[in-house]
Amino acid sequence: MILNQLLDISAATIDWSRAQFALTAIYHWLFVPLTLGLAIVMGIMETCYYRTKKPFWRDVSRFWQNLFGVNFAMGIATGIILEFEFGTNWSNYSWLVGDIFGAPLAIEGIIAFFMEATFVAVMFFGWKKVSPGFHLASTWLTGIGATISAWWILVANAWMQYPVGQTFNPDTMRFEMTSFWDVALSPFAVDKFFHTVTSSWIVGAVFTVAVGCWYLLKKREQKLAIESIKIGSVVGIVASLLAAFTGDNSGYLVSKVQPMKLAAMEALYNGGADQDLVLTAWVNPFQQPDYAKEEEPPLKVTVPKALSWLSTRDIHGFVPGVNDLLNGYTSPQGKKEPSVKEKIRMGKKAIMALKDYRSGKKDEATKKVLMDNVPYFGYGYVKDASQLVPYIPICFWAFRVMVGLGFLFIIFFLVVGHLSFRKDITKYRWLLITAIVFLPLAYIASESGWVVAEMGRQPWTIQDMLPTWAAVSDLKAGSVALTFFIFLALFTTMLAVEISILCKQIKKGPEHSEIAAATEE
Amino acid sequence: MKKNSFLYRVFDLYYDGFTHMTIGKTLWAIILIKLFIIFVILKIFFFPDFLREKSKGCGQDVYVTNQLIQRATNN
Repeated sequence: MILNQLLDISAATIDWSRAQFALTAIYHWLFVPLTLGLAIVMGIMETCYYRTKKPFWRDVSRFWQNLFGVNFAMGIATGIILEFEFGTNWSNYSWLVGDIFGAPLAIEGIIAFFMEATFVAVMFFGWKKVSPGFHLASTWLTGIGATISAWWILVANAWMQYPVGQTFNPDTMRFEMTSFWDVALSPFAVDKFFHTVTSSWIVGAVFTVAVGCWYLLKKREQKLAIESIKIGSVVGIVASLLAAFTGDNSGYLVSKVQPMKLAAMEALYNGGADQDLVLTAWVNPFQQPDYAKEEEPPLKVTVPKALSWLSTRDIHGFVPGVNDLLNGYTSPQGKKEPSVKEKIRMGKKAIMALKDYRSGKKDEATKKVLMDNVPYFGYGYVKDASQLVPYIPICFWAFRVMVGLGFLFIIFFLVVGHLSFRKDITKYRWLLITAIVFLPLAYIASESGWVVAEMGRQPWTIQDMLPTWAAVSDLKAGSVALTFFIFLALFTTMLAVEISILCKQIKKGPEHSEIAAATEE
Repeated sequence: MKKNSFLYRVFDLYYDGFTHMTIGKTLWAIILIKLFIIFVILKIFFFPDFLREKSKGCGQDVYVTNQLIQRATNN
């Protein structure tokens, strides 16, 4: 923030615009993972009904579908505000990326509207109107539609972090898509999708187990609770293991594409070969460390050579630290990474060439200088190398919260699964209480993942090509601050309403059909 | 319209579904209020088309060019 004061655009405008986007994204992400997670849970439950034809499973399915519906309704259109913010607060950025973002966001909109809207209606209204097979298909397609929607949003996000399949057109001042498939199927997008979706399944699974455990604590709906806990624990185990696997791949890709993010996540100031993975260390949460002078953070507990393995798939692999990335380095394979000073020089060359080109000097030589240096375009806005280092404490701690909780969830689901399948789980009161406590932890883990992803890529809105202070609109800080507080009030109200309706629905419990009630008796 | 026709069955699905909603009525009310706030109040009063307003007299690409070059040269 202090660095922003060096810039001509109001520092407050940049900070409020960033804060507003972060606020909107964080609130939006409170609704999305539960939608994606419950989609799996309710799909499995209705499949049980389809296979067994037992009315009990129909009641269970309808109960979870109602909770899905509450969350789905509350989350609708919360993401639209992010698009408004792109257009108003980040107008330079929006103009530059409009051609790239147009396709995935349009596809997302069409799929979300037609697929989700159609099948959601059949799922809620069609129990007595369509065949059981078609109803089951609609339930699964509702979830698949939501998941495919997430794909396209994540494609857009991944492109900002790994801008592939594009070329810069100085005539239109836009990045233009050269390959739709390179954008849609970039390894970064694919991994981001699977990691995000599987971690959302964890949120859905923890929610299912927590609600089931609440019923057991209240000695209500015991059969529904136990069956739900069983399904939740199986979904949770599978999702946690998949999230760990995709998370490992994510770390590998980040080391290739955004090495500064990895260095910040690990508080790795000076890199080298045979790097250890930090389990924990003392990184002051309230102060950017003096990475230029400090060798490493104190009180480090590490796993030997694991960071080298994570980054290079070789326990002796070279991993650059913050100072290596700022000062430039040559990898053991002989690949030379330019210093920030060199990149700034190339960035300024690109900007000057753009200025000449746009002033009418449209000869091939000018265009060549521009295109040769455009990968470093954003560095032309950098005054001080320290602007390129994300806030290390947030990246470091948010990463540990996410990974730590991720491993805790694996143990949690294994214990819950064991006790619900093999023992009488109602006797383990401590576990029932723990499950409820774990519900906010699932959200914290999920949000922490986004904090790592987004704080770790600072200051770039488009990696290496556009820093936040070039992307932001020339707005008055006061107007952005005003909308920040409007959103804070709006989203907090919506969240309170959602929690209130969800709690009411859970307290009300499932509607028992007469046949199911008779069978249970 | 014949009761067995596809269109009637689709109409009946929605008509019957909406008329027999319980919690859904509350949710729809919330959705409509939310959409009104987002698309009418927020969009019109707080999220104008910034580039269109700022680039009057020149193209939007020209405005963005000037912004990007000016910020780099002032830097």
